[in-house]
Amino acid sequence: MKPAPFKYVKASSITHALSLKAEHGDDARFLAGGQSLIPAMNFRLARPAVLIDINGLSDLAGCAEVEGGKVRLGALTRYCALERDGDFLKSCPLFADALPHIAHPQVRNRGTIGGNLSHADPASELPALAVAMQARMHLKSATGEREVDASDFFVGLLTTDVQPDEMLVDITWPVQKPRSGACFVEVARRRGDFALVGVAAIVTHDAEGRCSEVRLGLCGVGETPVDASGAASPLMGEKFGDKAVEAVAVGVRRMIEPAGNVHATPDYQRHVAGVLTGRALRAADRRIAHAV
Amino acid sequence: MQSDLHEIALSVNGKSYRRVVESRMLLSDFLRHELMLAGTHVGCEHGVCGACTILLNGAPVRSCLMLAVQADGHELATVEGLANDTGLHPIQQAMHEHHGLQCGYCTPGILMTMTAFLKENPAPSEAEVREALSGNLCRCTGYQNIVDAMLAAAKAMRGGAL
Repeated sequence: MKPAPFKYVKASSITHALSLKAEHGDDARFLAGGQSLIPAMNFRLARPAVLIDINGLSDLAGCAEVEGGKVRLGALTRYCALERDGDFLKSCPLFADALPHIAHPQVRNRGTIGGNLSHADPASELPALAVAMQARMHLKSATGEREVDASDFFVGLLTTDVQPDEMLVDITWPVQKPRSGACFVEVARRRGDFALVGVAAIVTHDAEGRCSEVRLGLCGVGETPVDASGAASPLMGEKFGDKAVEAVAVGVRRMIEPAGNVHATPDYQRHVAGVLTGRALRAADRRIAHAV
Repeated sequence: MQSDLHEIALSVNGKSYRRVVESRMLLSDFLRHELMLAGTHVGCEHGVCGACTILLNGAPVRSCLMLAVQADGHELATVEGLANDTGLHPIQQAMHEHHGLQCGYCTPGILMTMTAFLKENPAPSEAEVREALSGNLCRCTGYQNIVDAMLAAAKAMRGGAL
């Protein structure tokens, strides 16, 4: 239960961190909040030869509004900073629902947005938010930079599109549109534990009160977060109603392939995914009225 | 592989320390074995149990999920800093009076978590206390007496009697 030996380097700048990563590649890991990496190192599931500590890089942290109705979060932004940022939670209300489900205050005081998304645990809440909200990941390396849509970012179990010489430096999240409501709900065995199933829903109405866009992101039901927005077609162009919601829930149950775990069979997860889809959609729809 | 050593300077409970540590030394082990502050307990060593909770610049964190080298330049507080010459901290006193501990293994982590919590929320509801405690496992008490103790401690720190 102690990490294997490694070389520790405190990065003095993003450039420094990226040049170290270019030099060491897969042998090196970035140390951000450490709330997933250090447990993995304590178990010796992870044995990086080099640990590049980016905690001192304050220009990697923070929340800023950017053009096009978007908010940019630095990768090193900690959960606790967002929990206290009323303006951000109003712009991106799914976070207000989801953040309290992420572990416990002690972990949220250290854990970072970029670390969470780079770790890409499929049972974690933020990857589901990223696919539901269509976030965009900004990756940098010593030789260049690029942007990746959330839908292309999560490529497998604990695996992302981030290359060995790259770092996730910030994430851009569209702010809530007018006539929209959002809700995240999850079922976990214990408070703060990983979700057995979690559902993020965003419902947008047109001027006539018909559903013009419905986004659904699920966690805990596959090797990656699942974008289940395609299952929402029964609601599109219709007034929000129970019959269509039920049809969406059935569609979500058909779409997912949960693996099951010690706490839940795949059938149970599939059932709960449908129930939570209904709850999240109804709450999201109710919140539109409150917002207007 | 040669040991990767780093010199660090930090403050714990207001006292300054300077030490050379191996990079892989966990902060929890550093406190216990290097500074001989064994009040911080180590339970699961993967961030689940909360026994090793300390305050880093005033905020509760898991000391088993930080490296000692990361604490360089920071201010830490551990359970050893709670009591002073005049007696126990009100949170400790309330835990004593309400029988909020049995074996005591989880207690240091709970005390540090709740010190920070009650500072930020001087008048919490019972539900808020339970939520704040959710990251600290206790296998003896069933939590009820800890909740009672924290509500009493909050009252005492607001100026009322225990």
